[in-house]
Amino acid sequence: MRTELVVVGAGPAGLAAALAADARGVHVTVLDAADGPGGQYFRQPAAELNARRPRALHHQWRTWERLRDGLAASGVRLLTGHHVWTVTAGSGTFTVHALLGPEEDQPATVHADAVLLATGGHEHVLPFPGWTLPGVVTAGGAQAMLKHGLVVPGRTAVVAGTGPLLLPVATGLAAAGTRVSALVESADPRRVARHARALAGKLPEGAGHAARLLRHRVRPLARHTVVRAHGEDRLTGVTVAALDAEGRVRRGTGRYLPCDTLAVGHGMLPQTDLAEGLGCRRDGPTVTVDDEQRTSVPGVWAAGETTGVGGASLALAEGHIAGRSAAARLRGAVPDPAGWAPAARTRESLRTGAAALDDAFAPPAHWTEQVADDTVVCRCEEVTAGAVRAAADDLGAGDVRTVKLLTRAGMGWCQGRMCATAVAGLAGCRPDAPRRPFARPVPLGVLARTPLDQPPQDHSPTGHSSTGHSSTGHSLTDRSSSGQEQPSSDRPSSEQPLSGRSSSDLPASDRSASDLPTPEQRTPGLSTPDLSTSDLPTPEQRTPGRPTSRRPTSGPPPTG
Amino acid sequence: MNPLRLVRARPKPAFTVTVDGRTVEALPGRTVAAALWAAGVTSWRTTRGSGRPRGVFCGIGVCFDCLVTVNDRPNQRACLVPVRPGDVIRTQEGTGHED
Ligand SMILES: Cc1cc2nc3c(=O)[nH]c(=O)nc-3n(C[C@H](O)[C@H](O)[C@H](O)COP(=O)(O)OP(=O)(O)OC[C@H]3O[C@@H](n4cnc5c(N)ncnc54)[C@H](O)[C@@H]3O)c2cc1C
Ligand code: FES
Repeated sequence: MRTELVVVGAGPAGLAAALAADARGVHVTVLDAADGPGGQYFRQPAAELNARRPRALHHQWRTWERLRDGLAASGVRLLTGHHVWTVTAGSGTFTVHALLGPEEDQPATVHADAVLLATGGHEHVLPFPGWTLPGVVTAGGAQAMLKHGLVVPGRTAVVAGTGPLLLPVATGLAAAGTRVSALVESADPRRVARHARALAGKLPEGAGHAARLLRHRVRPLARHTVVRAHGEDRLTGVTVAALDAEGRVRRGTGRYLPCDTLAVGHGMLPQTDLAEGLGCRRDGPTVTVDDEQRTSVPGVWAAGETTGVGGASLALAEGHIAGRSAAARLRGAVPDPAGWAPAARTRESLRTGAAALDDAFAPPAHWTEQVADDTVVCRCEEVTAGAVRAAADDLGAGDVRTVKLLTRAGMGWCQGRMCATAVAGLAGCRPDAPRRPFARPVPLGVLARTPLDQPPQDHSPTGHSSTGHSSTGHSLTDRSSSGQEQPSSDRPSSEQPLSGRSSSDLPASDRSASDLPTPEQRTPGLSTPDLSTSDLPTPEQRTPGRPTSRRPTSGPPPTG
Repeated sequence: MNPLRLVRARPKPAFTVTVDGRTVEALPGRTVAAALWAAGVTSWRTTRGSGRPRGVFCGIGVCFDCLVTVNDRPNQRACLVPVRPGDVIRTQEGTGHED
């Protein structure tokens, strides 16, 4: 299949981008791994569950209606259930490689003149004793399961960690019938207050959530943290304790809260695997973009949390700008930023708000002190904090990569997505920019038949000198496999690993031969009518959040 | 209150699947993980190293904690795979392969 602009991710950013480009006559194809559009923020109940009032689990419902109806009325082609594992560039065209089917083993490719990455982010959780017990889930994960599957993990929950995502998760679970006994937030309310000006008007739903917490009798425990999750084979309760001004646990303040569910999160991390594969420049964990949302690779745009965590409204504004820029550049025109000035203003103000949120909602400064040596840090490879500390202290590992090679932390299925920041913190080094071969595990059969050898397009010094593809398409012309989506006839077994290639073939992989996945493993890698300016989020719909630092960022604002 | 009532869901008829031999009902559209949660099951894997139980963690296909064996195929991410009538879901021990 061929298209002019391929958008990966049908969340707020991807949808806003697709609609903006579609409205300007561009042939757009959107791919998403999920079974429907919406992304994390607007994740909808599975169609077969036939929810007649899905908005009961949502905020900014009107914005969603605009996106949903706009999509239906547009010429945008949406391909759901498409797990994109890599995007390659060569001879003026991009090839998006996806896997379909319940077992993610049927390959499909889409060829495009330009690519827009809107893959969002994922939550990160810092370890503490007991965090691997069943019943301990990420705050966003509990929310995702609730919004899509209309299901909750237990009867009594504690919501904990830091960041604006905790509020909507607590109120969402409570509205769905879970008894939420406490919302444990490590941030200091005074610190949040210090940013009151930057945050003014950007936590619009904050007050609403607070009232709901009260109504559901959720006890807010500010400047507290979970120090341990208890249970044998399942969570039975947590011990929470107060933090002092320095972010250290205050002795003697621990108390036990019985619960069968702990929804915990310490902020969001951008999902950047596809950008990495294309060679897009990054700044710490985020993909770098210019004012038009262009990455350093000509023909590749990025928007939403991939470029920094800041909430759904920021994702919408960025997506809108990216879509308009891509539409103009695909026609060989230079876009006039004046056209998207309102969106650009929204973007600026929300980025400022995001930086403030990021500062206000930082995990406790001394969190590592609570991590006992026998606490598992890398959940996949079951590497303990003690092993990570020994690698740093006794063996002299000074960076995450070395710690990884010495301990295997970060080498399992999730490729360090869950533990990288924790490993860096425990080892006392800076987090590495992640390097992962693919965004999804790839069956060997698929990999063997996929030509991945085209080098990424040159990075022009200015980054963008060759982005103006003409509509005649001659600038990105190699359409050799001009083709169709390619469902595979000889379906490979999903159990075959990526290790069909020698490790040296793996782009930027950290794998040594002995690290190749065992046979049963697949490669962990990963995997509106036009929102015209007047359709952009109005001030009261805005959500803030966005980092500038290398450290993981606090989540999105309390809007979901 | 429960989530289905909250959004006034009128799900299509439930079907049955087995979980470690036990028959349980599952609603169409849900993932295997959601069906298991609804059946009161929160862990369906034991780790390779220390044999510890695991279930859903990230809920969005990123962490691989929720691996499960469905219809004899191990290592399926329960939070992504849709549940289907007659699925034979089994707790996955270690790698999911006899070794
Ligand atoms: C689990 C979770 C739950 C959240 N819940 C809330 C909430 O309730 N309220 C709130 O305010 N914020 C929530 N957030 C924060 C949320 O990420 C943002 O506010 C907002 O959704 C970001 O929009 P986006 O368009 O950048 O990305 P997203 O909304 O995350 O959309 C990205 C989309 O890309 C798709 N995708 C990613 N990688 C691939 C790939 N390789 N192949 C194919 N498709 C891919 C994903 O399936 C997803 O649909 C949540 C975040 C997470 C991780
Ligand atoms: S719960 Fe994380 S991958 Fe399924």
